[in-house]
Amino acid sequence: MYSYTEFDEAFVRERVAQFRAQVERRIDGSLTEDEFKPLRLMNGLYLQLHAYMLRVAVPYGTLNSRQMNQLAYIAETWDKGYGHFTTRQNIQYNWPLLKDVPDMLDALADVGMHAIQTSGNTIRNVTADHFAGAAADEIEDPRPYAELLRQWSTDHPEFQFLPRKFKIAVTGAPNDRAVVKAHDIGLEIVKNDAGETGFRVLVGGGLGRTPMIGKVIRDFLPKDDLLPYCEAIVSVYNLLGRRDNKYKARIKITVHENGLDEFKAQVEDRFALLRGQFGGADQQLLAEIKAQFARPDLPARDLSGFTTAYDNDPVFRAWVDTNVAEHAVDGYALLTISLKAHGETPGDATAEQMREMAALAAEYSSDELRISHEQNVILPHVAKSDLPAIHARLQQHGLATANIGLISDIIACPGMDYCALATARSIPVAQQIATRFDELKMEHDIGPLKIKISGCINACGHHHVGHIGILGLDRAGVENYQITLGGDGTEDAAIGTRTGPGFAYDQIVPAIETLVETYLDERESPDETFLDTYKRVGMAPFKAALYPAEEKSRAA
Amino acid sequence: MSRQFTPKVVTANALLEGDVVYLTADDTWTRDHAQAELIEDEAHAQIRLVDASARADEIVGAYLADAKAGPDGPEPIHFREVFRTRGPSNYAHGKQAEQ
Repeated sequence: MYSYTEFDEAFVRERVAQFRAQVERRIDGSLTEDEFKPLRLMNGLYLQLHAYMLRVAVPYGTLNSRQMNQLAYIAETWDKGYGHFTTRQNIQYNWPLLKDVPDMLDALADVGMHAIQTSGNTIRNVTADHFAGAAADEIEDPRPYAELLRQWSTDHPEFQFLPRKFKIAVTGAPNDRAVVKAHDIGLEIVKNDAGETGFRVLVGGGLGRTPMIGKVIRDFLPKDDLLPYCEAIVSVYNLLGRRDNKYKARIKITVHENGLDEFKAQVEDRFALLRGQFGGADQQLLAEIKAQFARPDLPARDLSGFTTAYDNDPVFRAWVDTNVAEHAVDGYALLTISLKAHGETPGDATAEQMREMAALAAEYSSDELRISHEQNVILPHVAKSDLPAIHARLQQHGLATANIGLISDIIACPGMDYCALATARSIPVAQQIATRFDELKMEHDIGPLKIKISGCINACGHHHVGHIGILGLDRAGVENYQITLGGDGTEDAAIGTRTGPGFAYDQIVPAIETLVETYLDERESPDETFLDTYKRVGMAPFKAALYPAEEKSRAA
Repeated sequence: MSRQFTPKVVTANALLEGDVVYLTADDTWTRDHAQAELIEDEAHAQIRLVDASARADEIVGAYLADAKAGPDGPEPIHFREVFRTRGPSNYAHGKQAEQ
């Protein structure tokens, strides 16, 4: 894992000191809110519906136990004893007092963390595959590149006032677990015909009001050219991007309006100019970063304990089958800890749960944890033989839910329970769906099914790429939920299609149940997933089931 | 005929805590919607909003929200404003915890 250099440490401390003075000046009245707002947003501090909210960056979702323990300490000391892990691998505190925020930032700096550029029209936290550095299908660990991008983008003088926010995601595996095609820049580590490793570069992906799948701007970019090429993209966007209309300001619109060919031509011109200016300093830095991401030593371990538990304990077996993924090293596993206990808030963890996960990471996972964009926590380097002991510990802390990738592993934005921008609630809808399907004891039979819920058009809950997407809107002063089907956030990325008119708050869970029943009726075998069935049969049977009265009137 | 004016309350978030506050008839900030001044006149509402917005060292983001008279005082109309009088629905945090 990356440790802060003296430079990083000094930079973050200086920023905290500046912000402390800014908060004091706001409280004593020397700064107006108009003056203060851009300053607080630069440091991740929002004002939400009921309170302030501090968004803390977890760069590329990687944490050590000391950092996770500190997140727990902050939750207990200055918040209400919990934190909310977000769809961009960050953590949000929902109840800080303004005067306490500088102390929270100092506490973060104590463990090499910060909240810089988690808001505002800047390059945001760079996200990555949460299985990075451990997955069996990986070409190369994407995190050193994500860290290089983080250092390059942090306080980059040219990119502090972009037309709009800017999000970059990196994956090192062909199976995309980082939704790179829905990012402003998506980077996929690939091999070319000569066997060299480089990047496939995508631009102009994004969800929100105008969802678009990213377009390939470079099929193969040599690794050494990463920073100058990204700088070329962002600087062309900085010039061409619209500042007259907030809703047309993201790079997806810039690429769409100018055309990929024109945009690419300008990027390549700019790249030719910039390429020489980096002079190899970036590559020297990258080499130093890479050394810190070397995979920990994972000695061979006896598997008998695991096999015995797997063969004899059905609860353990079900949990392994859903929550454990294949590791690059034999005898090891990637363990996903579900933060989606049925009926609980997706992505929330109490301070006690954070401490337990930190302790497990220190003991069993080479001191590493990951946060996924699907709002779960991963122990990336676990010996299979330790899984029974870990499972027993997780059970004592409400963390052993066996539902990864299933219908109750819902991602949901905070919605109108917290967010000032929301048009409807998301969290209670997620809670009710999870509770309902748990009561029905159907979710393992239903199989892989991703439900994603956003409480407004901005799509923080990624509803466009949910197999079932739910979008909460305000229709004439009443909460109303639109459904989309067939979205996909993987390497086969697709935007879901709307089923038709939306559903009232008390009708949305029955509507989801109808969709699932339709799938179970339509599927050819239990192996055919919801998404595959939808792709085969299309919208018609789902629509007929959701809107029976309309079908009848059409037939009449 | 001009459209009938929907009564309003002035609401904002407290600067220090971020909590939802409402302007009372005697120019203090209350955390209780029922204690708010229900403003029935459009011109008066605009003046009250301008006055409230000027109190930048006490509150953030003042605006006028639709409200109606109730037996115990003004009541919110829109569901967003109802949530603001309570707190989130997933935990008993915010105002509902203090009641």
